[in-house]
Amino acid sequence: MALLPSAFSDLEPFAAKWCRATERERWAARTSSGMDEMQALYDAVLPRVPEARAYCDGFPLDDMPEDAVHLLQLIYSFVIVSFPVELWGQPYVPDTLGTTFDRISEPLP
Amino acid sequence: MARFPKPAEGSWTQHYPHLETGAVSYEDSISPGFYALEREAVFRRAWLQVGRVEQLPRNGSFFTRELAVADTSLIVVRGLDGEVRAFHNICRHRGNKLVWTDFPREETRGVVRQFACKYHGWRYDLDGRCVFAQQEGEFFDLDKADHSLVPVHCDVFAGFIFVNLDREPSQSLREFLGPMLLAIEDYPFHEMTDRYSFRVECRANWKVFNDAFMEFYHAPVVHLGQHPRHMRAMIKDAGYEAPHYQIEGPHGVVTTAGSLHRGWEMPPENVKPADLATRSGLFGAWEVPDLGELPPGINPAGVQPWGLSSFQFFPNFAIVIWQTGWYNTHQFWPTSHNTLMFEGHVCSVPPRNASGRIAREMAAVAFKEYALQDANTLEATQLGLESRVVERFPLNDQEVLVRNFHQAVGSWVGEYERKRAKG
Repeated sequence: MALLPSAFSDLEPFAAKWCRATERERWAARTSSGMDEMQALYDAVLPRVPEARAYCDGFPLDDMPEDAVHLLQLIYSFVIVSFPVELWGQPYVPDTLGTTFDRISEPLP
Repeated sequence: MARFPKPAEGSWTQHYPHLETGAVSYEDSISPGFYALEREAVFRRAWLQVGRVEQLPRNGSFFTRELAVADTSLIVVRGLDGEVRAFHNICRHRGNKLVWTDFPREETRGVVRQFACKYHGWRYDLDGRCVFAQQEGEFFDLDKADHSLVPVHCDVFAGFIFVNLDREPSQSLREFLGPMLLAIEDYPFHEMTDRYSFRVECRANWKVFNDAFMEFYHAPVVHLGQHPRHMRAMIKDAGYEAPHYQIEGPHGVVTTAGSLHRGWEMPPENVKPADLATRSGLFGAWEVPDLGELPPGINPAGVQPWGLSSFQFFPNFAIVIWQTGWYNTHQFWPTSHNTLMFEGHVCSVPPRNASGRIAREMAAVAFKEYALQDANTLEATQLGLESRVVERFPLNDQEVLVRNFHQAVGSWVGEYERKRAKG
């Protein structure tokens, strides 16, 4: 069964792995993925961001259908992989492996 | 060549006569003995920020706060009269920690009418009065009125809850804060209820950590990689200068100019593609909320274009107010002489729609990418200092708040020792 709205079916191959509710899960996905995989996600999502924003903006934030929430979560994953792809060339921020900075609470979705 | 004018004395440091310009010792950041003094002289004397009033939305709402630096836990609660109060989190019967859930060492929160001890069932109302002692008749002349929870001085400034662990604080919260910090009181913090929270335990002295958030001299080096590649040489060569520093007692503020803050005004090639797509970045969502007229104190020197002002609340709290209409906080809680718990919050008005939510997500993710760079570097600094190979370190004029901060800690410790010597 599709996770994303039908207009975004081209992004469906990324949905199972990258539609994650919390930053903690998205960070875990980022730091356990290879650059090729994140580059593919980035390249697929970047040109669709304006359209995805417009689609999600059609619903109130506190009452979004499940597939729109998944689309929002996929954009969040695009955001978190944009740093490795655009800046670091590796999953972690360079010279920061000795530490963490855990997001302990966040607004949802 | 200075980009911004310096004070008439020639530098920000010399503008403040109590500051010298010589190299400084960092013994205060590596000595267990000095930390033992700080715990008494600073953390049991100063007003400490412990949370926001929005964390206590209803009468009976409470949260607990673990303060390793004072070997205690606090209950912060909104009473039936709506007032916020704080108590030591200890049952008066046999000293059991009164409020906790599942893990005695972890913080908790909730809504209650009374606090009931998990051990022998003693109960306390929200004002801290003991209202029930199990099998009261078994005790010997027990007067419940003498067994209230131990109160902690508590006051609220601009929605930020402060406590003071001193028996009799020498200053009220407002006296302690002083005019420079009171001048941001009318900023609409209460509207910025959208909040991303972060924590990490790091292996550095709390002051070594705090130092990095008082100066931006490190920013074009530690954070250089955060900019598009073709801009890095220019940013590194430009270095960092603040247009305004201000010191008032132990507190300080630094204001930054806004040349890099307006992504929407920059040539697109100078902005990361993901920032362009989400209309956001480290400096916040590009859609700036209409906050109405803001108090002039948030940009005390009227710097234009204004980027941000970072307000340093002595001893361990900072509020950074951004031109783009949001704020973040940093807090540095020592857990030993060379470890701390670093806490950060990213706060803004709630978004109107999903686009606003995505923009906030980008700002919160960028905040973490930067904070990780700071945190790891500061562990490295602690290691260097602890080698004791070098005894004195030069501080430049962009590090004036660092200099003032360590001097303030030193003078609080000195005053404490003088009073103790007098008995």
